[in-house]
Amino acid sequence: MALLEVDDLNVSFRTADGIVQAVRGVSYHIDAGQTLGIVGESGSGKSVSTQTVTGLTKGARISGSARFEGMDLLTAAPSQMQAIRGAKIGMIFQDPLSSLHPYYRVGWQIVEMIRLHDRGMSKHDARKRAVELLRLVGIPQPETRVHDFPHQFSGGMRQRAMIAMAMALNPALLIADEPTTALDVTVQAQVLRVIARMQEMFGTAVILITHDLGVIADVADEVLVMYGGKVMEHADRRTLFYGSHHPYTEGLLQSMPAYGGDRERLRPIPGQPPSLLDPPPGCPFAPRCSYVMDRCRTEMPSLDPAGTEPGHLSACWLPHDSASRAEVRQRVLLAETASSAGA
Amino acid sequence: MNDVNLAPAAAADDDVLLQVENLVKYFPVKSTGFFKPRDNVHAVDDVSFTVRRGQTFGIVGETGCGKSTLGRSITRLHDITSGRIVFDGQDISRISQRRMRPLRREIQMIFQDPMGSLNPRRRVGSIIGDPFAIHKIASGADRKRRVQELMERVGLNPEHFNRFPAEFSGGQRQRIGVARALAFRPKLIVCDEPVSALDVSIQAQVINLLADLQKEFGLTYIFIAHDLSVVRHVSDTVGVMYLGKMTEIAPSDELFTVPRHPYTGALLSAVPVPDPDQSDERHQIVLVGDVPSPILPPSGCRFHPRCPKAAQVCVTEEPKLESRLGDGDEHTAACHLPMVQGEDLADFRPTIGAAERVIESSGILAPETGGAVDDGVGAEPAPREGSKS
Repeated sequence: MALLEVDDLNVSFRTADGIVQAVRGVSYHIDAGQTLGIVGESGSGKSVSTQTVTGLTKGARISGSARFEGMDLLTAAPSQMQAIRGAKIGMIFQDPLSSLHPYYRVGWQIVEMIRLHDRGMSKHDARKRAVELLRLVGIPQPETRVHDFPHQFSGGMRQRAMIAMAMALNPALLIADEPTTALDVTVQAQVLRVIARMQEMFGTAVILITHDLGVIADVADEVLVMYGGKVMEHADRRTLFYGSHHPYTEGLLQSMPAYGGDRERLRPIPGQPPSLLDPPPGCPFAPRCSYVMDRCRTEMPSLDPAGTEPGHLSACWLPHDSASRAEVRQRVLLAETASSAGA
Repeated sequence: MNDVNLAPAAAADDDVLLQVENLVKYFPVKSTGFFKPRDNVHAVDDVSFTVRRGQTFGIVGETGCGKSTLGRSITRLHDITSGRIVFDGQDISRISQRRMRPLRREIQMIFQDPMGSLNPRRRVGSIIGDPFAIHKIASGADRKRRVQELMERVGLNPEHFNRFPAEFSGGQRQRIGVARALAFRPKLIVCDEPVSALDVSIQAQVINLLADLQKEFGLTYIFIAHDLSVVRHVSDTVGVMYLGKMTEIAPSDELFTVPRHPYTGALLSAVPVPDPDQSDERHQIVLVGDVPSPILPPSGCRFHPRCPKAAQVCVTEEPKLESRLGDGDEHTAACHLPMVQGEDLADFRPTIGAAERVIESSGILAPETGGAVDDGVGAEPAPREGSKS
């Protein structure tokens, strides 16, 4: 059985402008020890879909279910959620400085976290554990650095301290929401490695939310591509990069400057992401899609098996077997070149 | 413009638009005691490079390496501490703000945060029209027409003339910034992280726009970014900065295929590649520790406390930025022990102990055992487990 199984999750927020439908019918699951990558652009619902699971979206209208170790997290009592959050599900966020309290020493914050969930542990033991954790995440001289305040740490060290705190109680699941976005590449490499190492040591499952396909290619086992509050494609890492089905995934990959490639022109996705205030019926990507058909504008395709890889799912009306899909693609490309030549 | 100094023969080469020589920019910081001398942040320290007409010069480096300060010094948003900036044959390093003003038409800047660089309470038309107002070029209907032309050129709807910045998306706001920079057909545009705040699909739109405009108007760009794949895509020549120093300058493709400076090598290996095969194969170099403080930078080569190849000479002697290992004139690196092609940095261990390498002031020390210690802080190849599908 999966460690976490999210089924048909819907989340909407009431705002001054109207109801924002941030997440619309999202389902996914993750097994122990696995890394699930969630990619998407700003406003795709990638963060909200995981925050809801941990009970961090106050005031939202939520439907669906999220079963974690046999319990539905969406209907759990606040006290139950408190026991799970931190202890069984650890979290790291993008900005480590705003996740650490500036007035308290880093070590104190880790100790507090441990003792909150494990009242039996003495202060002394908790402090020893904090030093041990800081050493594990690669903070030099943890015995002295444990007494530092967050501002005395560099950005990379703060994020490591966050990882230490998130891993303090050996959670079964770690949710990392853009953990390296604010960091430089060399520091990003350090932090990603620390996460991978923790995962190896403790068998933790990791949900990694990012907009960086490079990070996904590095660490994810399975990938969820989100757009407009919906899952567009679900595939394993290799299939996503080498045999993607959904035009949005294709567009994302083509928008990236090829790292080893030549300086040919980039192929961006035209247009803007949709507003989730009043999302149009049908596929949210339809207005920007080069393969768009009449049906796409009125009817949202379901997330169905695509291609030959088991577990590869795509929400698109394009034919799901690769041969006839290639045919459609060829036709669209021809039409495109014809129209640009005529212009 | 007769009142502007004409530079002596240094930049005689007509091909050269901008020449930066030994540029230094220090920021004073509060001294720790009354009798102690004032400390300085060595933001840009003795940097020289040349930018040719119609080309793009990329500058990469991590947070705090001085790349933005360098860009702002070139546009004279900062007064420089010492050195020389020669733009289009004129020495602009010390001229007054008043005499700089006519030159501002020719040197423009695009900033990272499009919302932060646009006044939220002014209409877009009047923001883009500012340059015309400041330089008293066009007014009234003429100004409006020219602004709308610019809007159209950068892919904005000219009918949105009367909208406020908040009504535009991130990518569109960056287009507003581009339109404003373009108002006077400048010769040089300094782009400081122009696409970092944008989503990938929008980022590609703006990069293509910048490329089109360069072709159409013969623009020269200085493109500052931390994203190496973007810089590689747009630049003809790339300069790598570390702690205020230019560590390596090379033609774009050469830099990415045959890096000479170990810092460049480490930086390249750290970039996540959106290709599972490549990412499984590569040997990632994870650097030791953090970037030292720019207030009291390390002696010799500033990279030596983190460098896997560091030797005694790196501590005592600062390497010059010059051609290494038979490279052409256009490929220079500031390193005593440059990398040869195909060399794996992961095979190296510093030949000096940790004690000698700790010359940092920030309290961020190199790990006790000096480099090759445990995961996350050591310089060693990433473990690549075969379980990844």
